Amino acid sequence: MSTNTALTFSRRAFMRTSSLAGGGMLIGFNLFQACKPKAAPPIDLSQLNYNDFNAFIKIADNGAVTIFSPNPEIGQGVKTSMPMIIAEELDVAWKDVYVEQGILDTENYTRQVAGGSQSIRHGWDALRQTGATAKQMLINAAAARWGVDASECTVSDGIITNAAGETLGFGDVVKDASMLEVPEDVALKEPKDYKIIGKDAPNVDIHKIATGKPLFGLDYKVDGMVYAAVVRPPAFGHKLVSYDDTAAKAMPGVLNVIKIGEKVRGLLAEDPSFSSKISSSDKVVVVAESTWQAMKAKEAIKAEWEEDTSMESTEEHDKILTDLLDGSTFKTERSDGNIKKAFAEADEILERTYESPFLPHNCMEPMNFFANVTEERVHLAGPIQTPAWKAGLVAKMFGREESDIYLEMTRMGGGFGRRLYGDFVLEAAEISSVIKKPVKVVYSREDDMEDGIYRMAIKYRIKAGVKDGKITAYHLKEAAINDNMYGLIPNFFPAGAIENYQVDTANYRSNITTGAWRAPYTNFLAYAEQSFFDELAELMEVDKIQMRLDLLDKVKPEEDERIQYSPDRMKEVIKVAVEKSGWGTKPKNIHQGFVSYYCHNTHVAEVADVEVENGEPVVKKITCVVDCGIVVNPMGALNQIEGGVIDGVGHSMYGELQFENGRPTASNFDKYRMIRMKEAPLVETHFVKNEFSPTGLGEPTLPPAGGAVANAFKAATGNRLYKQPFTKTPELLKVPSKEIIG
Amino acid sequence: MLKKNQSNQILVTSTRNLIEIQSIQETMPTYQIKVNGESKTVDVSEDTPVLWVLRDHLDLVGTKYGCGIGQCGACTIHVDGTAMRSCSMTLAQLDGKAITTIEGLSEDGTHPIQEAWKEVDVPQCGYCQAGQIMTASAFLESNPNPSEDDVKNAMHGNICRCASYSRIRKAVMIAAENMD
Repeated sequence: MSTNTALTFSRRAFMRTSSLAGGGMLIGFNLFQACKPKAAPPIDLSQLNYNDFNAFIKIADNGAVTIFSPNPEIGQGVKTSMPMIIAEELDVAWKDVYVEQGILDTENYTRQVAGGSQSIRHGWDALRQTGATAKQMLINAAAARWGVDASECTVSDGIITNAAGETLGFGDVVKDASMLEVPEDVALKEPKDYKIIGKDAPNVDIHKIATGKPLFGLDYKVDGMVYAAVVRPPAFGHKLVSYDDTAAKAMPGVLNVIKIGEKVRGLLAEDPSFSSKISSSDKVVVVAESTWQAMKAKEAIKAEWEEDTSMESTEEHDKILTDLLDGSTFKTERSDGNIKKAFAEADEILERTYESPFLPHNCMEPMNFFANVTEERVHLAGPIQTPAWKAGLVAKMFGREESDIYLEMTRMGGGFGRRLYGDFVLEAAEISSVIKKPVKVVYSREDDMEDGIYRMAIKYRIKAGVKDGKITAYHLKEAAINDNMYGLIPNFFPAGAIENYQVDTANYRSNITTGAWRAPYTNFLAYAEQSFFDELAELMEVDKIQMRLDLLDKVKPEEDERIQYSPDRMKEVIKVAVEKSGWGTKPKNIHQGFVSYYCHNTHVAEVADVEVENGEPVVKKITCVVDCGIVVNPMGALNQIEGGVIDGVGHSMYGELQFENGRPTASNFDKYRMIRMKEAPLVETHFVKNEFSPTGLGEPTLPPAGGAVANAFKAATGNRLYKQPFTKTPELLKVPSKEIIG
Repeated sequence: MLKKNQSNQILVTSTRNLIEIQSIQETMPTYQIKVNGESKTVDVSEDTPVLWVLRDHLDLVGTKYGCGIGQCGACTIHVDGTAMRSCSMTLAQLDGKAITTIEGLSEDGTHPIQEAWKEVDVPQCGYCQAGQIMTASAFLESNPNPSEDDVKNAMHGNICRCASYSRIRKAVMIAAENMD
């Protein structure tokens, strides 16, 4: 067998074992280096120990297996599914595995992230190889003890058996195994042999959740910890002038009142790209012995603010975005053929504009974080989607080494993108550095909603040209607050399907902080485009499904490597959705809407079933067909899919945060409508079965839901919806009375 | 009426005097409360919501803070068996009634609702689930044989941001069957 030295090195660099002082063995791997085998890390392999790995297996002398889950758990289920993949290849029974959350290691790793539905997709190969390598070492140790060839040994549920029928448990040979060479080219299982992957596994934290054990950032507590509540600017565009803390300081339990902001401004000065994400104003912090005392005393702070930049409003944004769409300040993201010529030659043109509002993330666990800054180290703990990034920023903030930062990841009470930014981590660290105590900063719900990093308002204008019954031109224009669509999106459907195709973007820089929100950009774009195609099919008087299939026939990813989606996989989800939803065969009282969409590497089709009740359309059911490749944990996968669909329905129906004078008009759930039990439709899910490597499910079922609902509402009411949320235009949600009678 | 140890003579029971008490900085009444079958003594100011007494003073962090205004249900506890929002009530309002939190719903997590939650694998992030479980368990005590619509109505006040609503519905129906 030929040896590729570069590969050998990188493999050894990401995988390593060590003996445990108290007996047993650890095997670890650097997950993200493993994904990039060419990037050999400059480290001395002999110096590695288990802490050098961001995910690993621990096998005790008694055979007990602990698997550390590397990535932050946000409710997407990776704390269960990632260890399942290791356990599969290790060949232990899932019931015998204990799962623990790994910590962050900022020295050796650059990325432990919950975001973009990428954990499973990126981890798939490395997680399998780690499990398989550990298993091979255990086999090799057993074979050596028996004096037989390793190839005659088999493993099942942690028991190694040789040809003569003798058996040894993992625990019996783990000490020997930990001293062996790390084997290369280990064989991975065929999907047909999977015992754990593809089987339902409940959430590993289910017992703790169902019994109220401490798990979340808000539950985190150490001796001597104090609580901080932060007085934030009353509106975007304000800065602090002065404050009077006399009354607050006299209140029970209040320990300190301080001002923070300088440290964050230092970071913003170094990297201005954060300025659309993180507020630069000074803030007043009340530190108290309990959360309530801090929150209460915060109300007693008399702060004076001044307008720093303009006070923006939804009304103003609405006009600005329309002006951008009408203007000529676009950046072209992709351009095929010549749209200008094609539009000039078209027989018919359809042009429509779609509008979406700002959205807060509204994680059920309000933002919070723990910090204890001491000379020895900076201890951070709490819910964060990007622990490595934040640890790096905190190190920079204090001019310290990243190795000084010790970060524990707690389970997160939702993230949806809000916990990517970690402004609250910086706040906690700055507060602790001033008061020199372990402290937890806790946002009130009002802080959380009024001082968010929101999904920005966006408008899309889509124009299509039809000639001789064919779509010959397609022009998508995006006008967005602060940031435009990421670079892959212009290569999503219908890129490649239409000869003359162009995507243009423009933006307006606002002082309102914005950022990623579950399925960034596509969470709204999918609805806009898929509503547009529905309307286009009506204009062309062609079948809506057939139109999509015909377009997909034209896509040749092998000739255009920019194309992100697979036309074949898209056609398959469409076909299954037509069949499973009973498309076109439903009784007259059920109105259906269809969407097929690709994002986050997963292909999805959704059909909404709407019925008319009391003269209004009601979403009763969504049939959802998903191609995410191999389904690692069906039980968890279904949960993600159902949640994504209902979240998508909810936000397109009700979600909206308006601004007046730089301030959101809603600050809590009494004024901000979230989807609740009675509005949640039934979700029926079907997987396309194949053996493609798995892709993530935290996001891809959300974007199509709004479009499916809008298209079904059109079928029910005759009205097209161009604005989210749909409840904003109640007059369009009325079914003409003759329809009811009929 | 306040139920408390009279550790401070200023403390009396009329509402009018409570306002005076708030203005006296060092006042920290001592309350005797019954939580999960145990008597507890806590020193907190009059206006401290039960939620924060449980979380910060008694280390019972299963009860969650979600909105602070009784809109989301994450802080739901039982007060003499009735589901109530702990963020919006003070110890004075408890008036000696016994509290049950998620930690005390069953000894070892085997209440039929908890068992159904595990069977269905309801949670995604899990943060709202203690409140969902407390709402559901109190509801089934009052309506042991609910229809699906009854369940929807009963659970409508609890927000799940991850939208695990269909599993909540299913788990409550399973628990109802198992409680027969």
